Amino acid sequence: MAEIPTPKAPGLVKGLGVTLKTMAKTMFPSRGVRTLVPAPSQGAATVQYPHEKETPPPRARGVIALKEDNCTVCMLCARSCPDWCIYIEGHKATAPPRRPGGRPRTVNELDRFDIDYALCMYCGICVEVCPFDALFWSPEYEYSELRLADLLHDKERLGQWMETVPDFEPYEAGSEQKVRKVPR
Amino acid sequence: MTASLLAIELAYWQQTVLRSVGVLAAVLLLAGTLVYVFLFKMMSFMQSRLGPMEAGPYGSMQLLAEVGKWIQKEDIIPWRADRRLFAMAPYVVVLAVFLILAAVPFGPDAWFTDLDVGIFYVLAVSSISVLGILLAGWASANKYSLLGGLRAAGQLIAYELPMVLAVVGVVIQAGTLNMQGIVAAQADGEIFGFSGIGNPYIITQFVGFFIFLVSMQAELTQAPFDMPIAESELVSGYMTEYSGMRFLLFFIAEFASVGAFSAVAATLFLGGWALPGMDLDADYMNVVGPIVLLVKIMLVSFVVFWVRFTYPRFREDQLQQLAWKFLIPLSLVNILATMALKVAW
Repeated sequence: MAEIPTPKAPGLVKGLGVTLKTMAKTMFPSRGVRTLVPAPSQGAATVQYPHEKETPPPRARGVIALKEDNCTVCMLCARSCPDWCIYIEGHKATAPPRRPGGRPRTVNELDRFDIDYALCMYCGICVEVCPFDALFWSPEYEYSELRLADLLHDKERLGQWMETVPDFEPYEAGSEQKVRKVPR
Repeated sequence: MTASLLAIELAYWQQTVLRSVGVLAAVLLLAGTLVYVFLFKMMSFMQSRLGPMEAGPYGSMQLLAEVGKWIQKEDIIPWRADRRLFAMAPYVVVLAVFLILAAVPFGPDAWFTDLDVGIFYVLAVSSISVLGILLAGWASANKYSLLGGLRAAGQLIAYELPMVLAVVGVVIQAGTLNMQGIVAAQADGEIFGFSGIGNPYIITQFVGFFIFLVSMQAELTQAPFDMPIAESELVSGYMTEYSGMRFLLFFIAEFASVGAFSAVAATLFLGGWALPGMDLDADYMNVVGPIVLLVKIMLVSFVVFWVRFTYPRFREDQLQQLAWKFLIPLSLVNILATMALKVAW
């Protein structure tokens, strides 16, 4: 039978010291004259959420926004979604020719584009896979609902999120890649 | 005023009613205070967060909200469970706490019962909670509950011994089993002829105090001794199947028993309700005493929760090793040393 390691007393005392020090730091964060005035709301590392909010980093995965004009109903996002939470319907329509005298074109028009955020697992594959710059991440996160069904965002709702999509940040120095533009 | 209060003669049933209400208030208020001060606030500060802040000023009404929530919840009894035992178990656990606190004196005349063998009685009734926990584990008809119940039984039996042996040292030194007698012995005692602060037994019985604290932690199944409810292994141990009001009872029992055991530890080792420099028999001690005892209870509970929020859980075999190979021999040595010194002086 292997030797059972026994708890070492100095480590145990050190552990007690760590918790006590953290408590003291949280309760009495002030220095100088006000050292002994308890001010836990300054000392705590957390934020009291509904009253004060932290701004999420610009690349945070909050909600997915849809630029409807760019969507060609190619279904790549719906097919690659691991949760099958994207619902797309479209129909074919004819559009006027690009050049005078040309043939009328056939285009896909989007009828329905829903993302069910009750199912979405925020993997971002749809955003990655979209070849036409129609899907974007937005750092917005406050869209909880009282009813589960309300978490199904339709294409109007997804379109509204476009306003909250931040511009792409410039790449690292020396990168040859061009910075993508968010279609506004 | 206290003199005229003490002069009132009450019938036996009136006294009984008053005492029952008194114990009930003592248990519930103490448990509530401990939960708010230590579980909600101290634990949060130790983790660099604020804890509940929304209900009432600084979240002080949070516990009421929680209790309201628990009372509203459905009382689920599993289909296979032994219904009667299942329903009874939480009450047995809570009962043990009430019985312990009933024997702790709060002042020269402020006590619920004053038994000649007070500390013996306390140690005896404190193991009733094991029965409740075993009942809960067995009656739930759930393997996790049963494992938790058995773990609790094994642990509580293992740590009952060092606890009793640690108390023996105090009893030898005080020369009495009566709780009031132990308080008086500490208040009247002297350290090498210096009687300024009496002789709280934490000074002479520091080994006993250490053993008592460790085994108390285990008896209360507080971390690092919380294997009976080890959530990562046993879901929630013997409490797994409980919900609503009955879960609330277990919750109250957990924290009230911290208070009760802290009260016992404070009485045995910290001088109980007595304060150095104050007259033991004075009437005003009936008012000051409970406050002094409360402060001492909070001190001991602070240590209990401080340890709880610091250490990770023991493994089952390490726990048994600590009890049988370290604490019990140590407490036996402590008893022998106390005996020798008592005879020598």
